[in-house]
Amino acid sequence: MSGATLHQRVREALYRSRRWHPAEIAFWLIAFAAFLLFPRHLLLLNEIAILALFALSLDLILGYAGIVSLGHAAFLGMGAYAAGLFAKHVGGDPLAGLACGMAASGLLGLITSPLVLRGSDLTRLMVTLGVALILYELANSLAWLTGGADGLQGVVMGPVLGLFDFDIFGRTAYLYSLGVLFVLFLVARRVANSPFGLSLRAIRDNPLRAAASGVPNGRRLAGAYTLAAAYAGAAGALLAQTTQFVSLDVLDFHRSADLMLVLIIGGAGYLYGGLIGAIVFKLLQDAISSFTPQYWMFWIGLFLVLFVLGGREIIHGGVRAVASRFARLGRGGTP
Amino acid sequence: MLTILFDGIAYGMVLFVLGCGLSVTMGLMNFVNLAHGAFAMLGGYVTVLAMQRLGLPFLASLPLAFLAAALVGLVLERLLYRPMYAKSHLDQVMFSIGLVFMAVAGTDWLMGSSQQFIRLPAWLQGRFEIAGIGIGRYRLFVIAVCGLLAVGLHWGFTRTRFGSRLRAAVDDARVARGLGIPVNRLFALTFAIGSGLAGLGGALGVELMGLDPTFPLKFMIYFLIVVTVGGTSSITGPFFAAMLLGVADVVGKYLVPEIGAFIIYALMVVLLLTRPNGLFARARA
Repeated sequence: MSGATLHQRVREALYRSRRWHPAEIAFWLIAFAAFLLFPRHLLLLNEIAILALFALSLDLILGYAGIVSLGHAAFLGMGAYAAGLFAKHVGGDPLAGLACGMAASGLLGLITSPLVLRGSDLTRLMVTLGVALILYELANSLAWLTGGADGLQGVVMGPVLGLFDFDIFGRTAYLYSLGVLFVLFLVARRVANSPFGLSLRAIRDNPLRAAASGVPNGRRLAGAYTLAAAYAGAAGALLAQTTQFVSLDVLDFHRSADLMLVLIIGGAGYLYGGLIGAIVFKLLQDAISSFTPQYWMFWIGLFLVLFVLGGREIIHGGVRAVASRFARLGRGGTP
Repeated sequence: MLTILFDGIAYGMVLFVLGCGLSVTMGLMNFVNLAHGAFAMLGGYVTVLAMQRLGLPFLASLPLAFLAAALVGLVLERLLYRPMYAKSHLDQVMFSIGLVFMAVAGTDWLMGSSQQFIRLPAWLQGRFEIAGIGIGRYRLFVIAVCGLLAVGLHWGFTRTRFGSRLRAAVDDARVARGLGIPVNRLFALTFAIGSGLAGLGGALGVELMGLDPTFPLKFMIYFLIVVTVGGTSSITGPFFAAMLLGVADVVGKYLVPEIGAFIIYALMVVLLLTRPNGLFARARA
């Protein structure tokens, strides 16, 4: 077999994987139709969309690049504070604030990416956790800038695209967040099914072999990490803009831990995992915390333990089945 | 200044006792157990309850804390942890965070969210001075107890039959089994000892670190730093890491309180970057 035909086959496979499956189209149609179907739950839907974007970000580095991060809240918080401060001091245009949040988080990801390239899983866990904790302490002590423990107040948003004002029912908020999620999802889908995404999966599965076949592991991982950071920053910016408030909570450890659960529920390594996980997680949280608001933490812990202790396959067997169908249709192998 | 150093050493000693149990489970058994702090909290609460409800003296409640945590560790190892040994690090992390969350919420429900206090016996209260250094009696006691434990543990792992069997079981469980070493029982025992040490550390730490239901989350990062920075191939690594951390933390909080916990996190990141496998670690796969 000559190199050219192999090259062609790879290209064909990549093109095939970019084609849309009807189920995917249905998924997004339902997501946008939810605006009309559940007009009373738009605030919850908005939270789901933001969490889904955040989960998409973690999936990019965990599911595709295989980097274990326990400090993903760092990027969410960075994006939230950047967008919040932008709105407060520069201007209320949401899209400009979003860009500012993404840029700030992406920059943070780029700066910290050398940290995650070294050492084992464990070192990565610790370093990512450490970065998030440092940011938390910084946000807490730089009270003149961030408002410290009181949170950042006085975030006033202008209308989206100069046309749509934010309202208390979350109508604009949901469509705005979902729109951003959709656009960024398209980009992520494109990236995941590109040679770049393919090389990430190669690194995840066998770093040594990937390096031997000429993949610049370090640079690819740094790129993926930066991209994921920007995504998390976008989620943070959306959070800050739609709630018009930023508190230290965005940097808290439980954000990172919840996110892991979201991805575990949905399954990592295919882009819809984070989205489905976010939907299930938020509905679960909403249901449970309505009758035991104080001990929600206990239940989330129980779910984590049960999921990992073997229930995972049983519980989302259904999701898995859908996932593997996507995988087969989508990229021809490697579920 | 030397007084601060002394306080830092006492703090580091408690961190060592808390962390070395984790370095046993995480380092030797290669299991990422973030729930370690929950065992420490259990030890702390056992001490508080033993002293407040049962009226036991402080010294008598310390072994009780060790035993209670060790027993719970043994049971949990049998029921929950064993199936997790073969799973990926990520699964282990999720699993143990789940345990932490349950422990935090459960303790809150059982004991209330307020901070717990114990009354130290009179001979452990107050401080005296030697050559201008203020020495707290309790801190001196902690240093003595923990110092003895450190020496004992080091001896136990390097010089005894138990230690050599354990190291053999960790390096190659299959061959060790073939040689007739009861690997499962050895691991269970080791896990129990590690949990018991956490319980003892928690009991000793009530006075120095405080105790409330968020304890496992608040100090999780400290134990992890001790283990990852110290490396896991010996007892001396975590020991020095704990000392360094304790002193840095106390000195930092005394001298520059504004940035508080910032110092140790930065220290950790820098140390991990320069020595990704720990201070004194052998290169590992």
